[in-house]
Amino acid sequence: MNIIEGILNKDKRAAARLITMMESNDPEAIRIISKLYSHTGRAKVIGITGPPGAGKSTLTDKLVKRLRRENKSVGIIAVDPTSPFTGGSILGDRVRMTDLYTDSGVFIRSMGTRGHLGGLSKATLGAVKVLDIYGCDYIFIETVGVGQSEVDIVKAADSVLLVMVPGLGDDIQAIKAGIMEIGDVFAVNKADRDGANRTQVEIEMMLDFNHSEWKPPVTQVVALHNKGIDDLYDNIQKHLDYLEASGKLIEKRVQNSQLEIIDLVQRDLMERLVGNKEKQEEIYQLAEQVANRQVDPYTVSNSLINKMILNNNL
Amino acid sequence: MARPIRVLVAKPGLDGHDRGAKVIARALRDAGMEVIYTGLRQTPEQIVAAALQEDVDVVALSILSGAHNHLLPKVVELLKSENVYEEMLVIGGGVIPDEDIPGLKGSGIAEIFTPGTPTQVTIDFIKENLKRSL
Repeated sequence: MNIIEGILNKDKRAAARLITMMESNDPEAIRIISKLYSHTGRAKVIGITGPPGAGKSTLTDKLVKRLRRENKSVGIIAVDPTSPFTGGSILGDRVRMTDLYTDSGVFIRSMGTRGHLGGLSKATLGAVKVLDIYGCDYIFIETVGVGQSEVDIVKAADSVLLVMVPGLGDDIQAIKAGIMEIGDVFAVNKADRDGANRTQVEIEMMLDFNHSEWKPPVTQVVALHNKGIDDLYDNIQKHLDYLEASGKLIEKRVQNSQLEIIDLVQRDLMERLVGNKEKQEEIYQLAEQVANRQVDPYTVSNSLINKMILNNNL
Repeated sequence: MARPIRVLVAKPGLDGHDRGAKVIARALRDAGMEVIYTGLRQTPEQIVAAALQEDVDVVALSILSGAHNHLLPKVVELLKSENVYEEMLVIGGGVIPDEDIPGLKGSGIAEIFTPGTPTQVTIDFIKENLKRSL
């Protein structure tokens, strides 16, 4: 299979395979994406995040169906956790999206976090690029169910939808740092339950402290019954329009690219420093010296880096 | 460049019993595999579309409705027409009479696991019969 030809001709197999290659750290995948990088940047990327069971997958299903009415093609990347004990995972987000499986304008890919913290997997940004090249107009990234500090999604998305549900805690939860700071648009899902108004008011009060130009709208929805989806959809579009009109979109993408570059440099340097058996053995021997207090860990780290630079290993 | 084995666990047809599918999904998870669970009442078309987009190594079909002789070969046929059958191991499980098994194998289902099969047997079979390198 010729991946480049395939993906440019909208072959789903080629896109699927390229994502697998990215997930497996295949250097060939990097070469292909580098070559096709000018084809990226066209898709609008929407992140969907929130606590486990908030209804992210169901909401994604409904929003994607709304977009399909505009005849937009959509990619969905759904991330679920990988077991830190066995390396296995059950990726179950698709269960809420079965109507979309055979829609030729929708591509769904499930990913395990594979040890990556932050709510996404290491290869998620790569998968976004693949679906962008493939030609999706919109790409949804659904994070794992998050707690309070998994905020990687801001680095990956143009617009972040934070999905909340009634009854998760009082207003002190709403003013804590972390996850509540990253929403560009808020949804209070399961709004047919008690406490939805209160949750909305608490989120709005929290947002009143912000003095940024864009004030995130809060919409009550019942995703399962398709209620409030049009309003939420309009609010997401408004945010995307605002980003473009204000010049914030490019600003945000520059910031995200900067973070991505730093991430890649870190990853690459780590790989070169400790990526093979020989180097790990060397480090093990140094670790013995450190444990026996013959040398301190700061000096060791410094000398490893200096050695790499001296060897012109960069 | 090792990666986990990716398995699509799907329930073709109209029966609503997914306990078996969930047990096997869980067992494969604990064996370190990445299991994509697709939910109940899937058509062969939906299963094949999912297998293709998820780029899986294994398609595991659980069926208890009695329609296996129709639905399981149909999945294989669609995988072939999408040119992905060569790379995907297709297995089945559920209440399937012994006399139906040879026919199903002949149609391209690599193995059938009937009730009572220890999950380790299925796990070993998958590991030994993958069509694609990891």
